[in-house]
Amino acid sequence: MQKGVIGTAHVQIRVLDIDEAVTHYRDRLGLLETDRDSQGRVYLKGWTEADKFSVVLREADEAGMDFMGFKVLNNEVLASLRQDLIDFGCNVEDIPAGELNGCGPRVRFDSPTGHMFEIFAEKEVVGRATGHRNPDAWPMDLKGMKATRFDHCLLYGDDLDGTLKLFTEVLGFWLTEQAMDGDVRIAQFLTTSMKEHEIAFIRAEGKGMFHHASFLLESWDDVLKAADLISMWDISIDIGPTRHGLTHGQTIYFFDPSGNRNETFAGGDWYVPGMPTTTWDAEKLGKAVFYHARELNERFLNVTT
Amino acid sequence: MFHIEVISSDDASFECPPEKSLLHGMESQSVKAINVGCRGGGCGFCKIRILEGEFEAKKMSIKFVTKEAQAAGFALSCRVFPRSNMRVMAVGND
Ligand code: FES
Ligand SMILES: [Fe+2]
Repeated sequence: MQKGVIGTAHVQIRVLDIDEAVTHYRDRLGLLETDRDSQGRVYLKGWTEADKFSVVLREADEAGMDFMGFKVLNNEVLASLRQDLIDFGCNVEDIPAGELNGCGPRVRFDSPTGHMFEIFAEKEVVGRATGHRNPDAWPMDLKGMKATRFDHCLLYGDDLDGTLKLFTEVLGFWLTEQAMDGDVRIAQFLTTSMKEHEIAFIRAEGKGMFHHASFLLESWDDVLKAADLISMWDISIDIGPTRHGLTHGQTIYFFDPSGNRNETFAGGDWYVPGMPTTTWDAEKLGKAVFYHARELNERFLNVTT
Repeated sequence: MFHIEVISSDDASFECPPEKSLLHGMESQSVKAINVGCRGGGCGFCKIRILEGEFEAKKMSIKFVTKEAQAAGFALSCRVFPRSNMRVMAVGND
């Protein structure tokens, strides 16, 4: 049941070198830089996104994800979800407006898989890069892979059942797809919108692991061109271009200069509320992850930051 | 070009120029002695212990190699650039 969460809005990623990271996310992925703050954090967004930022880069001594943020409908929803999170047993922290430039108050909370999330209702709207009045099809000065928006994250952790409960019962996400090994859910894909996933989790020992942040491209042709650019710039490749069984997206995976995995993808399935959950059996996991090769790859499975 | 000897379940050696990381040098010669992960110092997959040799290192994730471990010779081979012949042991991301 919908609880007023609109969907995935931002991710703060830790990087080892901020300048290398900006070159990667801005000049190669093609995000637009929208701000920097006194802590040295860099704010970016895809050209189709209207809110001020969707990716925040922070220089640190380790790679990985600081937190992922979801936008909610309004401040009443924010206040009532805050209480629901406390009742569920989350540790909740109130982050004041302006801690991230242009963002209203945020409610940060932990999760059974050890990841940090936050919800917020207000963020400065700067608009799509083409504007909102008689807009052209796309901006002519886009760079690199021309990422249109930050789309979702895949996270690894142990207590998938606990995090599923948090996302479905408290935050009102739907379980769109899952992979099952008997009674054990080894993968879960969740949404609050018509996107097949706003966030996904895979079961792995340990907590708080970051598998990838994903960016939407316009077409399969753009996925292929992203692969070309990965070779031209000698970017660390993981796997692809290929298609997933899960969500059926057309995809390629690679790493940022600090070792965080990125995905660029196009296409894939839509979710309409009320649709049955799609289930992949463990013995079909190869096909579920890589639809063509039909076998898993050790690096894709085990490398996280 | 420096000669890099790797002690692992499959001992191997390769030649590595000073501008390439050990992992990159190994990969460009199709040698498989150290695990290849992110190639960016973030995932710990390519962890080694340096037994002998001079090198320079770029920043690596302290989640996988703490400052103390670095002082004890542990390193992520995708962030280590050789300055002499080297002998290293592949230890992986335990
Ligand atoms: S391959 Fe990931 S840290 Fe070296
Ligand atoms: Fe993805």
